[in-house]
This record gives sequence, structure tokens and C-alpha cells, in this order.
Amino acid sequence: MSFFAQLDFTVLAPSLPFLWTGLLFTAKLTFIAMVGGILLGTLLALARLSPIYTLAIMATWYVNLMRSIPLLMVILWFFLVIPLITGQPMGAENSAIVTFTAFEAAYYSEIMRAGIQSVSRGQVWAGQALGMNYRQTMSYIVLPQAFRNMLPVLLTQTIILFQDTSLVYAIGAKDLLKAAEIAGKNYNRPVEMYIFVALIYFLICFALSRLVKHLNSRISIIR
Amino acid sequence: MGRRQLSHHFDNMNYHWNWGIFLEQVQAGEETYLDWLITGFGWTVAVSLTAWTIALLLGSIIGTLRTVPSIKLTVLASCYVELFRNIPLLVQMFLWFFVVPELLPHNLSLWVKQDMPAKEFFTAVLCLGLFTSARVAEQVRAGVQSLPRGQQFAGLAIGLSLTQTYRYILLPMAFRIIIPPLTSEFMNIFKNSSVAFAIGVFELTFQARQMQEDSEQGIETYLAVTALYFICAFIANRTMAHIESRTRVPGFITNDK
Repeated sequence: MSFFAQLDFTVLAPSLPFLWTGLLFTAKLTFIAMVGGILLGTLLALARLSPIYTLAIMATWYVNLMRSIPLLMVILWFFLVIPLITGQPMGAENSAIVTFTAFEAAYYSEIMRAGIQSVSRGQVWAGQALGMNYRQTMSYIVLPQAFRNMLPVLLTQTIILFQDTSLVYAIGAKDLLKAAEIAGKNYNRPVEMYIFVALIYFLICFALSRLVKHLNSRISIIR
Repeated sequence: MGRRQLSHHFDNMNYHWNWGIFLEQVQAGEETYLDWLITGFGWTVAVSLTAWTIALLLGSIIGTLRTVPSIKLTVLASCYVELFRNIPLLVQMFLWFFVVPELLPHNLSLWVKQDMPAKEFFTAVLCLGLFTSARVAEQVRAGVQSLPRGQQFAGLAIGLSLTQTYRYILLPMAFRIIIPPLTSEFMNIFKNSSVAFAIGVFELTFQARQMQEDSEQGIETYLAVTALYFICAFIANRTMAHIESRTRVPGFITNDK
């Protein structure tokens, strides 16, 4: 094939620092959305399981709404609506962070809900029998076990989140993919750049999914 | 918040609603914005359904291969699944659109780049179809593996070949079992088709961005487009539920909803 002779991967070296800043933003976005999403998701899960009817309904609606709209539309929605509410323009990067945290919370909440329901009711009764109130039972007994049971699933969702961050392309935030596109244009070598970022994404996701598999087997032995 | 900031805030909240916008003409041309959205809806449905056909066919084959007693085939099928699952869909879209045509033999490459009709559409369908096929394959594999081993032994014992065992015994049950996860995949494919905007398919998200810029009525635009996505998801869900109830084997998998 004559093709491989035309490929010129030497352009990668000078653009590495630029791609690195893109990757850093992707990592930052993934990390903040993961931590924020799990916290917010846990609250949503507790709300859905709460005996207060309105709270449960509102949380259910939020989760179902987020889950039935394409992420791209959610990104566009937040980018449009946040400035209307706050009254000042918000950068694409910050908008992306808010969007992903709010969006992923819906998915994490479904996982945490399953996790909470996986803890046997006897545990809750035991907590109550010890004189613990709702907050104590949840934070000392139920949630730690739920979190532990669901750790592999939470991580799998984080891998999906990591891949999904590439969609900030739609609002022009400078993540890894956008950086590659810009570098590809600057050096007039888009093909090499796309192959390179695909490889980076693949390696990171593949390594993480191996980690999840490893974790899964360890957890299943403990149980 | 200072007083000036507050009034500024108020000005911004004072969004100028215009629900008649859909019937107005676009800046350059005879069409109305409604025409744009209808076109977008059409492309979204076309991309999703065609890609779903590819995903079901390929996914069933790859998923089955992951369960057959042949290490070579299993490893090959696993590589396929890992490859498509570990690269973001948008990056795959760019790979198919910008990179793959460069990899083709010279004449074919030129044809793809210059003369291929509806290039964006076919690229998006291929990309989304293969991406989803890896996910369908995982479900098919899980479905086959969830069946008791005895089923396969029984098939072989009555003299069926391995292919016949899969065709008449394992797959018919496996597919019934995996209808719920396949339903989510079918709904996902409509959502994922939005990524095709990036290579210039005139689907709903593309039209949403275009109409928002052209009309400056972002909220009405996005509300309409979101509603259209809802309709897709709803119809997909109902269709699969219908199939699920029609194909149910009496006395077997029950789902009393």
C-alpha cells in the first residue's frame, strides 16, 4: 500500500504539549463530573427512594428526562440556558463541567439506587435498632456497602463518561479531540492526528476496563 | 449582586419568546424553519434505522462467535468488540470520515472523496452501525451464555449440527431473553445518531444548531428538537415492547408489567 509511505507521524512531536493541555482538560472534566456526578447522583437516588412523594417524583422526572435526551442536546441546552439565567456569558469549558456533572448525576443515581437496594433491609433495621437516625443509618451502614457493591459499575460508567467528554466538541471546548483537530489543521496533517488521538482514547479506556474486570473478580471473591 | 448587575440580569431573563418562529422563513431561502426540522427528523430516523439493521445483523454474528467452541473465532470477535467499545463515537465518526478514505486504494479513495453520493449519510450509518453492533454483540453473548449448558448438549444429542443447534435452539431463546437490553440499545441509537452532525449529516442536532444560529430563538428550537427525540425514543420503546409481547414463549420468560 502506498498509503503508509505518505503518513508522517513526525508532526506529532511538536504538537505533543498542545495535545497534553487538551488531555488535561479532558481528564479534569472527567474527574469533576465523576466526583460531582456521584455525589449528586447519590442524593438523587436517596430522593427517589425517599418516602416524601413529591421529592421522589421530582428526582424520577429529572433522571428520566436526562436519560431520554441525547447528551449533545443536553450540552447545547446548558450552553444556551446558563447565560440566560446567570446573566453573564460562561466559557465553553465551565459550561461543559456543569453540564457533565448534572447529566452524569442521572446515570450515577441509577447505579447508586441499585446499590442501595442491593443492601439487605436487615442492615437498615440493625441500624435503627442501634438507635441511629436516617442520616446515620445511610452514611455509616447503607451507603458504604452500596458504594462498594457498585464500584465496578460506577467505574464502567466513568469510562463511558470519559469517552463522552469528546462531545464538548459541539460547543468548542478545547479537550483532547479539539486539540487534535486544531493541531491537525495547523500542520495540515489531520489523518495522523485523528489516528493518534483514537489510539490515546483506546489505550486509556482499555486499561481502565481491564482494571474494572480485575476489581470485579476481587469483589466477587470477597462476597 | 449590585443594582446594575441585577438589571442586566433582568434584561437577559427577559427572553423574547416567539412560538411563531417555526412558520417563518429562514434567512436565506424559501424554506421555513419547520421544513428544516422535518428534514432533520427524517435524516435522524433514516440514519438510526439503517444503522440499527447493520448493528443487529453484525452484532448477532459477532456475539454468537464469542460463544462458539473455537478459540480463534472467540479471540477475533473479542478484539472486534474491544476496538469499537473503547474509542469514543465522535472519534470513530472522524476516523471513518477523514482517515478511512485515505487508507483505500487510490481510485476508490478518489471516488469516495469526490463522487460518492450521500457520503455523509453512508459514513454515519456505517460508523453508528458498527459501533452499535459491538454493543449488540455483548448482549447476544450474554443471552447465549445465560442459557443452561444442557440446551446445547440436547441439540447436539438429537443429531443437530452446531449451526443448527444455534439456529433452532440457542439463538431463538437468547434473543427473547435480551429484548430488554436491546430495547435500550435501540433507543440509544436514536440518541447516538446526533453525533452524525459533526460530519455534516443534516439530522436533528445539526438542524437545531443551524436554526438556533439563524433564528436566535434557541429555547423554542431546542424544545421542539428535544420533543422530536422524545417521540423517537417513545416509538422505539413501544415497538420493542410490542415485539417482546408477541414473541413471548408461554410458560417461559415472564415480564408482568
